[in-house]
Formats: sequence, structure tokens, C-alpha cells
Amino acid sequence: MKIDRRGFLKRSGAAAAASVLPVSLVKLAFGQEQSAGQQDFTFAYISDSHIQQIRGAQFVRNWDQGLKRAVAEANLLEPAPDFVVFGGDLAQMGTKAELDHGAEFLSALRYPLHCVMGEHDYYLDLGEYWSELFGDQWYSFDHKGVHFVVLNSVLTYDEWTFERWESPERRMQEMAGLDNPNGSPFMVGERQREWLRNDLANVPRTTPIVVLSHSPLQKIYKGWNFWTEDAEEVQAILAPFEKVTVLYGHVHQIQYNQIGSIAFHSVMATAWPWPYPSTYAQSGAYVPVMTVPMNRADPFNERDATGWQFIDVHTGRAAVHYTLYDNKNRTVAYNAATGRPEDLEYQHPARRIPPQAHY
Amino acid sequence: MRRLLLAIVGAAAFTAAQADEFTEADLERWAAHFESVAQEGRRLWTSAELGTNGVACGQCHPNAANTHPETYPKFQKQLGRVAQMWEMVNWCIRNPLEGTDLDPGDPRMTALLAYMAKERRGVPIEAGKH
Repeated sequence: MKIDRRGFLKRSGAAAAASVLPVSLVKLAFGQEQSAGQQDFTFAYISDSHIQQIRGAQFVRNWDQGLKRAVAEANLLEPAPDFVVFGGDLAQMGTKAELDHGAEFLSALRYPLHCVMGEHDYYLDLGEYWSELFGDQWYSFDHKGVHFVVLNSVLTYDEWTFERWESPERRMQEMAGLDNPNGSPFMVGERQREWLRNDLANVPRTTPIVVLSHSPLQKIYKGWNFWTEDAEEVQAILAPFEKVTVLYGHVHQIQYNQIGSIAFHSVMATAWPWPYPSTYAQSGAYVPVMTVPMNRADPFNERDATGWQFIDVHTGRAAVHYTLYDNKNRTVAYNAATGRPEDLEYQHPARRIPPQAHY
Repeated sequence: MRRLLLAIVGAAAFTAAQADEFTEADLERWAAHFESVAQEGRRLWTSAELGTNGVACGQCHPNAANTHPETYPKFQKQLGRVAQMWEMVNWCIRNPLEGTDLDPGDPRMTALLAYMAKERRGVPIEAGKH
């Protein structure tokens, strides 16, 4: 079954509502290279909800609404996605109350759920309660011919994690501030890299690999942890495979990149958008050069600059369809001629529109 | 009234020469004053105390990015009129932070504006730019 985006939306029966979904729907299509055991399927991708407790049973309404809406709309998707990925940062301060409240929203999903660890879920109790709710912090699974790998990419140096802070609460607080100079760079770490090498050892090089991580698995801007300290080592493990796609959260914005055989795509947050690192006048940072930015957010529309996208991996390569509030939809697809993901409408500099100018 | 004005003008003329004579030590002292106010702005920017729901400015605006202080005053399309930076700060305090407006002259507002300007240093002023 080949489903293009238009057909998908027509079939959805909730096309109007779907056009503002803060959900990422991922479609995998094998086209003519489809082999035994492989068939097209879709999955939805929801990420970065940052559920934040005020006190007692009170939570920040704005962030609650983002996740609640994503879950409600994902449940309307037709054809139904095979599963949902939650991309990390379910909670803001990693408390049981926040994780429970977030899990309550996620429990309304009608599909199986795979979860990725975010730093806001992790640094209070080092993922203990999250793991009780959602299971392993890194694992892999096969689905209809695709090998999925989930990593906990938000670990950091042991000294920072175990020795530097007087309390778990302080540790969480220091990691929660995106621009906090007391933070520490994310990493996958040797233990998980070893696990990954073993996990991939018997996977054929032609099998499409989809890696789900919270941090980018590439180095963009260390100051905001748009960064993974051992990105090159992880990329080296993935490099021998012909078709690798890394889907990551954390950055609350559209990014895409291609490094060797590895395509990188970010997913949107349900909570709030973040500026591009290049707009911080003191940073000297850049976003991946091929990224055409999302449109600048309208702060008066609290769901603006969150959105959803679905991704098809046609012949194992990704095409990402972004649906954005009050903005024209976007498609970023792998261009076989240039060997990289490109925006189908806006990639050429002459095609860009004023709201895509971030400064 | 006229006599008072003349007196003020006279006093200004009398002290003008002295007012121009500031030293390296003065410059350092004044810069330190600015720095401490900007630091207080950074503290407020990353704290929950301006609002009622625990949300801080820095959650959406790391290093005060995406605030564009160099473009104010400017036509704020959502308000339909030309607005000043402090009005937008108060908009954020009222809405995402669910707090109460600060007086434009409140030292906390001065601190927030100082922090934003400091993070934006080096960017040319472009009032009115959207």
C-alpha cells in the first residue's frame, strides 16, 4: 500500500483537525525495493511535552494542552499508526507527579507505545521511576523489515552525575536549564555503544535502521546541548549500514542533515518552540547548513511552532512531512540526486519566505 | 519658574567641565553597576518568581534569544500598534507565566531589559524591524 501525504489526509476524516496536530506521524514505505517481511506502515511521533507541576494537582495548562491534544488527535489517525513513539522530556523536573500525569495522558493512546528517555525525565532519580512506567532505557525491536534502535543519549560524565551536586533535586534543576553553563554535555556512553555494536552485529547492512534518540547524535551547539558528546563514535557504528535515519527530539524545531549514509531529522515539541542557535548573538553557532528553518513562532498563538510530521522511508530513505500551525505545510525528502534531505518547496535560497528568516 | 530654569541651566554650565572628567575607575564602576543589574536580570529570567505557575522566561528564550530587543519599538502585529519591549515582557509575564504586569520603571523590569540587551550586544539597532 502506497500512501502519499495527500491521500493520507483525505483518508483521515479528520483532515482539518489533523492539519494542526502536534503529532509526528511516521510512514515507512519500501516501494520497489520491498522484500520479504517488509511492508509499508506508519507510526506517530510525539515529543517534548515538559509536563510541569505547579503544586498538588495543578500543572501548567499550556504544556498539558499540547500533550493532551497530540494524544487525542493521534487517536483519530486513519489509517491507524502501528505504534507511537514518545521522544523524551515527558516531564519538566522528572518528578513522579509529572511522569504520572504525563503517563495518564499517554495512557489514552489506542496504540502500542515506545518511549525515549529525555534529560528532564532522567536527572532526578536517574530514570528509575520512568523505567518503572515505560521500561528499558535502551532497546531495539524489529517491525515490518525495519530495525528500530532506542538509545538513552542524555547520559553525561559520571563526575557530574554522581559527585557534583548535593541533592538529586539540585542535579535535575541544573540540567533542566537549557542554557545553564553548569550543565553537562549529553552522551550515549561506552556501555551503550558496546550494546549497540552487539545489537547491530547480525543485522544485514541493507536493512533500514531507524535510531530514536532524545539528543541529536550530531554536534550542533554545545551551549544548549543540541549536541551529543560521543556523536562521532555512534555515527561510526551506524555508518556501515546503507540506510540509516536518526529521529531526535530535544531541539523543539525543524532541523535536518545528512552525514554519510545517516539522515538526521528532528521532531517538533508539543510544549513550546526553541530559537535556532544561530540567533543567539553571542553563540557563533550554526544550524546544519541544509536546514530551511521553521517559520518564526507567533507567541500570541500558544500552540504555534509546534506541529506534527509524518515520515516515509521510501526505499529506506526518509521523507518528512511537517504540518505546522497557521503555516504552510512542509516536506523534507531525501533527494537521491544530491544524496541529502531537501525541502521540496523552500530548499533553494530564492524560494524562502520572510518568516523563515531567523535572527 | 523662568528664574528656576535659568538657575538650572546655570548650574549645568558650571558643572559641565567636571562632568566630562571621568576616569577609568569610573568606567569600571559604572560597567560593574550595569553588570550586576544584568546579572539580576539573568537570575529573574531563569527563576519562577515573576509568574505563578513555575514557568520562567528562559524556558522558551535560552540566553534571551528570540526576543529581538534591537527591533523595538516596532509594530507588533498581534497588538495592531507600535509597542515597546517592556510591553512584550509584560505580555509574557501575564500569559505563559500567568503572572502580574511589572511597572515599566520597576527595577526588576530594568534588570530584565538589561539582561536581554546584554545577550544581544553587538547587534545593530533596527527599530521597527519585524
